[in-house]
Amino acid sequence: MNNNLIQYILGIADNSLILGQRLGELCGHGPSIETDIALTNISLDLLGQTRSYFQYVAQLQGGDANEDTVAFLRLEREYKNVLLVEQPNTDFGYSIARQFLYDVYHLALLEELQDSKDEQLAAIATKSIKEVLYHVRFSSDWIRRLGDGTEESHNRIQTAINDLWIFTDELFHQTDADKVMVAEGIGVDVAMLKENYYKKVTAILEEATLQIPEVEYFQKGGKQGIHSEHMGYILTEMQYMQRTYPNMTW
Amino acid sequence: MKNWPLWEVFIRSKNGLEHRHCGSLHASDATMALENARDVYTRRMEGVSIWVVPSAQITASNPENNGETFEPAMDKAYRHPTFYELPEELKHM
Amino acid sequence: MSEQEVKNLEQMFQARIDNDEKIEPKDWMPEKYRKTHIRQISQHAHSEVVGMLPEGNWITRAPSLRRKVALLAKIQDEGGHGLYLYSAAETLGISRDELIAQLHSGEAKYSSIFNYPAVTWADMGTIGWLVDGAAIMNQVALMGTSYGPYSRAMVRICKEESFHQRQGYEILLTLCNGTPEQKAMAQDSINRWWWPSLMMFGPRDADSPNTEQSVKWKLKRKTNDELRQAFVDQTVPQANILGLTIPDPKLKWNEERKHYDFGEIDWEEFWQVVKGHGPCNKQRLSDRINAHEKGQWVRDAAMAYAEKQANKEEKQAI
Repeated sequence: MNNNLIQYILGIADNSLILGQRLGELCGHGPSIETDIALTNISLDLLGQTRSYFQYVAQLQGGDANEDTVAFLRLEREYKNVLLVEQPNTDFGYSIARQFLYDVYHLALLEELQDSKDEQLAAIATKSIKEVLYHVRFSSDWIRRLGDGTEESHNRIQTAINDLWIFTDELFHQTDADKVMVAEGIGVDVAMLKENYYKKVTAILEEATLQIPEVEYFQKGGKQGIHSEHMGYILTEMQYMQRTYPNMTW
Repeated sequence: MKNWPLWEVFIRSKNGLEHRHCGSLHASDATMALENARDVYTRRMEGVSIWVVPSAQITASNPENNGETFEPAMDKAYRHPTFYELPEELKHM
Repeated sequence: MSEQEVKNLEQMFQARIDNDEKIEPKDWMPEKYRKTHIRQISQHAHSEVVGMLPEGNWITRAPSLRRKVALLAKIQDEGGHGLYLYSAAETLGISRDELIAQLHSGEAKYSSIFNYPAVTWADMGTIGWLVDGAAIMNQVALMGTSYGPYSRAMVRICKEESFHQRQGYEILLTLCNGTPEQKAMAQDSINRWWWPSLMMFGPRDADSPNTEQSVKWKLKRKTNDELRQAFVDQTVPQANILGLTIPDPKLKWNEERKHYDFGEIDWEEFWQVVKGHGPCNKQRLSDRINAHEKGQWVRDAAMAYAEKQANKEEKQAI
């Protein structure tokens, strides 16, 4: 069993899982029916990607593993998503800012992952790119609308960007497993994506008349499985059925 | 503040077919109307092309004038192929 | 217009409906037709949107990824259906915002079924099977209704709904083929949802004053009692396949009528829920109001942005 490969895939897939879960919370509560439907589409894309990755992980793990044991039966420390995606839906501004800051990274990652030596990962990336291109368009458009909308929306989205900015640097960190996978030509060297990421994000924030936050210190930990306090609650809900009724088929 | 205006959505289900009206939605501008139309009306692969038009921009004929608008066409049978009598042996024309 | 003229118009109007012609938005229509349709279509739209809430309650807790995406897609469809229906109502000269305001003020109603709580995962199955099953009976009949936009919305909705009931039934089937604990969860769920599902068809025909007019306009193709009977007849064999017991000791096949006989609905409960005393009336409405109010600044921002962009384009054109 290739544990480095498994850890590498989880590092990508858990982001989709947790962000998809967060977006799922919003279904039925959006600012308009149209926006509600759009956000659910993004959630469905991300959960679909999650399933592809987890099916692959389960295959690598062998035995009784399946997409659901991977999704639901790990301990908090074993989830490898970045802190950014677990941040709560404080208001629509936070949901959009979180989405935007992740989408730009996500697209850049998949563009490189397409060329992975691992054929399954390359195939998942190729399929996912089309979905994520749309996510970037959707969240960038909303950043512009909120930034250059009313005074209230400008302030709200600026606050959200300021608060979430401290989680962006972690996107470009590499775990030990990541480094091994990069060396083998399977993984993406995310550090290389950093400069372009901030360039793209900055361009859209400026278009949206928003300030680029200046922070002294960035948060990290998710990639090592050290999460924010939000994560326990996300998992409590997500794992509720599987933990309460173990070993059953649903 | 004003509400998001209403848009009419037209979808081409596949190349070779015309765009057909499929419904309406609300959006603040054309870009959003297109995005919303994609999310609302093409979730089941219903289309390959979308048009959106502000509903307020549509000029419609008045059904009260349907008599003078549409009925004069009714007795112009010579516009239809069946008006012309041709010999039986001419199978296709 | 004189009274006689209006009467003539109304007769011609009814003749068109009797002749299976559709009425379209710009056609002349009796004021009562317009008002009744706004009420019924918007009530239907509100039901779809409020109906997202009990199931939405389970998205984050769905027991598998496959179930999670299916549930999300289903609830999303309900939002879409609400949207189609609001659009159909808007063709009658009322805005979605006005309709939503009527919902929030309590002036407009929505289906009482959504005022019951979804407390177990099995309820996701039961809602799909019984609640959607009951709704579909009504909606299929309404595809032939006289008002064009409503009829077209129904056609679209029925097409999309076809997976909803199957999704629910499959959830229950899995539970019934599972452990005793799972099967008990399914039975408990049917026990709670069976009677409210029968209530979805509304009061008995004798107590339903609008029926005659609605039948004339094809807003009602079958009476409440006819639909309820059809639903029971259709559902009992499906329950048998699941091996679940329908919580009605009076339920029995009547060979003479070729229909199932069934017990009396608790009408006191029915009216109490309609009046707002169901377990979740307050919660559902406050969730909707909350979403709308919290979305106000977002909708305003998008509008302000659109206006700024339009101004910019105008300036560039000059």
